[in-house]
Amino acid sequence: MIYKTLADRIRNNKPVVLLTVIDGPNIGATLLATPNLENLGTLGDAELDRVAARDALGELEAGRTSVRSYGPSGQVTPEDLHDTPTVRVFVESFSPPPQMIIFGAVDFTGALAKVAKVLGYYVLVCDAREVFATKRRFPMADEVLVTWPTPVLIERGSDLGPRDAICILTHDPKFDVPAIQGALATNVGYIGVMGSRKTHAKRLERLTEVGVTQQKDLARLMSPIGLDIGSRTPEETAISICAEIIGRRVGRVVPSLRESTGPIHK
Amino acid sequence: MREILNDIDQWRSQNKRVAVARVVDIEGSGPRDPGAAMAVNQDGVVSGSVSGGCVEGAVVAEALEILASNSPGRLVKFGYSDDEAFAVGLTCGGVVHLFIQPLNW
Repeated sequence: MIYKTLADRIRNNKPVVLLTVIDGPNIGATLLATPNLENLGTLGDAELDRVAARDALGELEAGRTSVRSYGPSGQVTPEDLHDTPTVRVFVESFSPPPQMIIFGAVDFTGALAKVAKVLGYYVLVCDAREVFATKRRFPMADEVLVTWPTPVLIERGSDLGPRDAICILTHDPKFDVPAIQGALATNVGYIGVMGSRKTHAKRLERLTEVGVTQQKDLARLMSPIGLDIGSRTPEETAISICAEIIGRRVGRVVPSLRESTGPIHK
Repeated sequence: MREILNDIDQWRSQNKRVAVARVVDIEGSGPRDPGAAMAVNQDGVVSGSVSGGCVEGAVVAEALEILASNSPGRLVKFGYSDDEAFAVGLTCGGVVHLFIQPLNW
């Protein structure tokens, strides 16, 4: 029953955390904790179950996997742990995958969606043109939506956080500008906008016209999108975008096109 | 774990016994982070991986032994500093701690 529930929740992208005694009394004992639901299984002591599940749900919230130590009845303070055996518990968090929302059903979209899937993203492709935004063209995407950026970001924006990414590939100001405005209203970790340096300069003018002028907002936009690695094909460009996302998420200094000058394709 | 669920489901539907090995901790550089998982069925068939291929062979042997002996599970450590480094060491110089247990829950 524990395994079945665990597998169901992982497959349905629902958060769940698995606790396993890896050292000490009741080695191998297993408990499954789920936000707002009853625990399944036991680590061998009701009080230990209560304390460890509480801690594990905190770890799940933070997306962390770790090993935690307790006394046999969930003791955590050094005085209480004195002279008792230690129970070491492996706390494994299963968080929903990060999301990537791609605006624009263009040539680059399929390649980017493919690479994003390899990296484990839940991928949503959105374009207002129903001829282009089809599941047949983007079978690798988890969702393909025919609509404008604003409603999508109003509906889903509050779910987006530091692990998630928005990539705007349309090159079309009537689509780009609302997508950027919508993206800036979220806490999404990465906003990349495709286009040449010239396109980006023009886009900045349009953003100014609609009142997007704050430096802290503009600093969030990675444009031109991707790393300066001389990508030419859609697939190479997808790699450069995803590499930029990884580098910025972990805070590395990466050679972004935004920080370089000169032609994007040499 | 996600990538091994289908194999586990299939094995369980065939009433095969299954052991699961998971990375619980790494010291220094390790090829896979905690949570990386590999399943082994009673016939020694494998799904998933817990390293870059360095220790999988040894993990299968441990897993089969755990299934055969009805062990509730055990912690196993692989690393460069081990005496058996030549047999099952990690080329990257790190240490990986695995917990291997029967999937009887």
